[in-house]
Amino acid sequence: MNSFPISDYLAVAIFVFCLAATVGGALLAVLTARIIRSVCGLMICCIGLAGLYYFLHSPFLALMEILIYVGAVCVTIVFAVMLAEPDEPAREERSGAAILWGTVALTVGAAICWGLSRLSLQGQWTAPAAKVTDGSVKAIGVSLLTTYSMAFELISLVLLVAIIGALVIARTGRSKA
Amino acid sequence: MNLLRAYEQADIYLVVAAFLLAAGVYGLIRRRTLIGMLISGELIFSAASLNIMALNCFYAPDPTVGQIFALFVMGLAAAEVAIVLSIIIAVYRNYHSIKTRELSELNG
Repeated sequence: MNSFPISDYLAVAIFVFCLAATVGGALLAVLTARIIRSVCGLMICCIGLAGLYYFLHSPFLALMEILIYVGAVCVTIVFAVMLAEPDEPAREERSGAAILWGTVALTVGAAICWGLSRLSLQGQWTAPAAKVTDGSVKAIGVSLLTTYSMAFELISLVLLVAIIGALVIARTGRSKA
Repeated sequence: MNLLRAYEQADIYLVVAAFLLAAGVYGLIRRRTLIGMLISGELIFSAASLNIMALNCFYAPDPTVGQIFALFVMGLAAAEVAIVLSIIIAVYRNYHSIKTRELSELNG
């Protein structure tokens, strides 16, 4: 590990970059008024999350995060944005209700963040005595095809049903439009 | 706490997951269109996955279980996005708007 003198600093720098991408992307996703910027924020957040997964010793999950979220989910949302023009109007009314809801949302968010952080930092987590497997891609593949083969098949069924359902729902009313 | 080994401690990941959940809930309350709420929902999914992955990496005896769970969460999120977007498009066809304030026909 110490064959290269600044490799430690480099790893920490990449880690901080991933953290910043995750947090900044999430803030961008919920705070901007235009939806397309919000989708870009979600993309940045997912790229940062993929980096965090890599630091958590699961490169397969990092690859899947980029492939599914950035490659499929965000592109699909962009497609829907193009079809449905969902831009929020400029905040025309500074009425009491809008300010009230903003305050409520901020309070709820801050409470959740503070409470969960406090819970997870104060929890007495105990590290296991020994790891059963090493969590490599090979171990994941073996588990998917032995212990979790039923769930694996079921999720493919769920995806199939979701695709057919999406086609059916989006198709109705097409002739009326 | 050694800052050079910050990425080998679970606390940072757990706090970031809590922050993602809070941001998602904030967006879910604050957004006024369906697509904005969908994006906030994706943030909440990501928060759950990150929390599971952090606990899985540091405190679980079998590190493959959490990875498979997070993989299934991703699959379900993808299915959910497909369904929700088709619903959004159908709603837009019928109402020519996806602002939550105008979709209030069932409002008593």
